[in-house]
Amino acid sequence: MRFRRRKLRLFSHELKESLRMALQAIRANKLRSVLTLMGIVIGVFSVIGVMTAIRTLESSIESGLNIFGSNTFAIQKTPVMQIGGHGRQKYRNRSNITMAQFEELKRRAQLPLTLSVGDDHWGSRIKYGEKETKRNVVIYAADEWAIKNHNTFIDDGRGIIADDVRFSRKICVLGMDVVDLLFPFEDPLGKSVEVDGVRYQVVGVTERLGQIFGESKDNNMYIPVSTFLEKYGSNGTSLVITVEAQSAELYDETQDEVVGIMRTIRKVPPSDDNNFEVFSNDTLIETFGQFTGGVKIFAIVISFIALVVAGIGIMNIMLVSVSERIKEIGIRKAVGATPRNILTQFLMEAVFLSEFGGIVGVIIGILGGNVVALIFNIPAMIPLDWAFYSLFVCSLIGIGFGSYPAYRAARLDPIESLRYE
Amino acid sequence: MTPGALISLKGVTKVYEIGEDQKVHALRGIDAEITAGDYISIMGPSGSGKSTLMNIIGCLDTPTEGIYRLEGEMVHEMDDNQLASIRNRKIGFVFQTFNLLPRSTALRNVELPLIYAGVPVDERREKAEDALKKVGLGDRMDHKPNELSGGQCQRVAIARALITNPSIILADEPTGNLDSKTGVEIMQILVSLQEAGNTIVLVTHEQYIAEHANRVIKLLDGLISDDTSN
Repeated sequence: MRFRRRKLRLFSHELKESLRMALQAIRANKLRSVLTLMGIVIGVFSVIGVMTAIRTLESSIESGLNIFGSNTFAIQKTPVMQIGGHGRQKYRNRSNITMAQFEELKRRAQLPLTLSVGDDHWGSRIKYGEKETKRNVVIYAADEWAIKNHNTFIDDGRGIIADDVRFSRKICVLGMDVVDLLFPFEDPLGKSVEVDGVRYQVVGVTERLGQIFGESKDNNMYIPVSTFLEKYGSNGTSLVITVEAQSAELYDETQDEVVGIMRTIRKVPPSDDNNFEVFSNDTLIETFGQFTGGVKIFAIVISFIALVVAGIGIMNIMLVSVSERIKEIGIRKAVGATPRNILTQFLMEAVFLSEFGGIVGVIIGILGGNVVALIFNIPAMIPLDWAFYSLFVCSLIGIGFGSYPAYRAARLDPIESLRYE
Repeated sequence: MTPGALISLKGVTKVYEIGEDQKVHALRGIDAEITAGDYISIMGPSGSGKSTLMNIIGCLDTPTEGIYRLEGEMVHEMDDNQLASIRNRKIGFVFQTFNLLPRSTALRNVELPLIYAGVPVDERREKAEDALKKVGLGDRMDHKPNELSGGQCQRVAIARALITNPSIILADEPTGNLDSKTGVEIMQILVSLQEAGNTIVLVTHEQYIAEHANRVIKLLDGLISDDTSN
């Protein structure tokens, strides 16, 4: 017991002694140390930076990309996110999804709880009296389900109802950004706003949704889909159909039924792929995941290369350090340092060196990665697990590349080392 | 072997192999005993083997053949780790060139053997301060070797040699790099250490330095040529 305590104490002395030696070595050769540690810093920075950036994006994706309600999926002509340029031609030649197709689907489909159709028009300006918004408001074509399918709620007034669609009423529901701008001091309900030359009566406002990727999800306005098509519809208009299943259990079945009916309506030959896209929160996150996965692997490869190069640098600095301190090693051995003591000290020094670089890399990596968070105005993130892995790998590099120099130091003959000038 | 002997050397030889078939017989068979409290000088011209003998007594090296017993421990059978440990516990070195760590303070230099002995920080510090005060450097503890004179450096080295309370203090030409006045001061310190009960082995080639000792062993061609007690 007593012996073990002595050993433990000896180890803690070695640790302190090594830290002191490491700091001394860094201080004595600042430029060389900085250049060597740069490799470690870059390696760790690239992996931590990318991981931080991806984490922040992912976290905001997972909350922010929840653009649908639960058990909901959508069908539209083209994919939401496209990775890689190929296939654009393929999508362009697809036929549009029309109101008639939607009506047909609605007539045939048995399983869905709700079936909704919609579209959007970007870049309108809403006016109320003297006040007006910028030309950046999104107009959503809505039926009675649209607001729910957008994963939001009516905050005040009422939503769009079936009759609004049937009679193409000129009414609207406003997002909170629009309300903030146009009605800072008054109740918008019952007021009349003008968009693209048409006047709409405000019947409701939606709850505030916040931002995704720095873009507000509240800068919009819902109008009945029939009213929308009268104003904005054209030959090029392709609608988005949103389907809500009755339950999670029936989700897959519902999707199968809807896809089957859509294939029949759009006359897709049995051997062909769908000529429309089906997507949901899950597929959005999955698509994003494929993209980030590639970036992650790339960052890991870059880091790995940088760290190996850095490891060779560490080995070099340690070999120089050993040969510069032969006399010192001799003195230490003469007063009782065992080969194991010397080995430990130099290994520790290598580990401290690479950890030093690693910590700097982690810090600027987290700062750099969170610049992404700053740009997109999403909460900052510290990927503790990756920071831990990085520092762990740095230790391994220190041990791996420090072993040979440390072994050489430990094997030095005390007599010759003492005589060395 | 005399029962009270601190050091006992029997038939100690040391052969260095230089290249193929070329051997240098540095020591050809040394028999000697040193009792505790002695002050011994080892003298001899260069090439006589006195450095080799001192390295063996100092446990920096092991004999090719023969027996070396230090306080009953069989040094000639030890491996590097055991040698390091016995150096730490039983030997205090004082070198001609001081051999202090250049970037560390006097206090740190004196503490060094205790670090490898695993002594706790407070105790270490206290002992190191005491040792430095003993050699008259109580006011220079935080100076680095380049801020100290040669004589002061050698005193730091003596303090370092004393700190583990070793069985012998091994001084290798301790005044070789000092002017004669400072050399005398250092020799006085060594004499006072012997008077306080320490065993001192001094390696030198200067007659007047050797005369401080109460026993002089002279080496010639790897053998003891003369062994006189004053």
